[in-house]
Amino acid sequence: MLGSLASFGRFWYRFIVGDDWAIAASIGAGLVAVYLLHRGGLSAWWLMPAVVVATLSISLWRARSQRV
Amino acid sequence: MNAVLAVLVTTFLASAVEGIEMVAIVTGVGATRSWRASLLGAAAGGLVLAVVVVVFGLALTAIPIGPLRLVVGTLLVIFGLNWLRKGIRRVAANGLQGFRMKEGELPDDDVPVDGLDWTGFVLSFKGVLLEGLEVAFIVVTFGGTSGHLGPAVVGGVAAIAVVGALGVGVHPLMRRIPRSVLQLVVGLLLTTFGTFWGVEGLGLDWPVGDAAILVLLVLYAAVAAVAIAALRGEQQTAVARSPVR
Repeated sequence: MLGSLASFGRFWYRFIVGDDWAIAASIGAGLVAVYLLHRGGLSAWWLMPAVVVATLSISLWRARSQRV
Repeated sequence: MNAVLAVLVTTFLASAVEGIEMVAIVTGVGATRSWRASLLGAAAGGLVLAVVVVVFGLALTAIPIGPLRLVVGTLLVIFGLNWLRKGIRRVAANGLQGFRMKEGELPDDDVPVDGLDWTGFVLSFKGVLLEGLEVAFIVVTFGGTSGHLGPAVVGGVAAIAVVGALGVGVHPLMRRIPRSVLQLVVGLLLTTFGTFWGVEGLGLDWPVGDAAILVLLVLYAAVAAVAIAALRGEQQTAVARSPVR
């Protein structure tokens, strides 16, 4: 039972977070920032593509020493 | 008669756009991970969708699509970026001939050899459920407000059937494309749809509407091309600096 729960939790962690936890963290932070700016009256749709591009670049940089 | 035709054509075209997004996710996941998991996920998504449509009927528009878009969009963009990163690095390392697997090697880092690939299943499931719900909203909104629900249903169902058949036709071609190239392309698609739905889910509108999907795809493809060129340049410099044996 505990083993099943652990593997269920592992699946969702791997599914949501993936290989690089920083991707999930920065996308989450980006969406929160877009929402807060939107609530403040600014239509910040442009922020999310910028966050995605920055996240990809940083993640690629961090992965340089890892095996392909 | 003209009003019926207008409803039929409008729902067909609007549903076809959603259907293309659905088929892109299902065929992409199938080609890069597991066809069995992707098709089972799509079937399960279709089943849940059918139950939702039957239970809610015309009250379907009461379901809050915003939070659903936010959750699905967030998951897709995170998953898409992980794939995109992998695809960029593999294409940079091996070129367009792609990543060649050695004998006995796993087809992907986390695709199980035996048993169901649950990641592929969930990706296709939510792609079909979200896009299917959007088709159902289109049908109910156009059909309900115009008073021609029948033609709207025919338009929506015909669009999904036509786009689905095109997806089945495209699938043998996708098997010939190297896995790492597909991983790059599907990563681009998932990241694009994820960004689009995530921002819409927060209640914001894109300035150019659905055309923003194409703009985002071009932007991310350009960034991926620059990243591949930079990584290849770095590898060539490293090879040139290494001592000759």
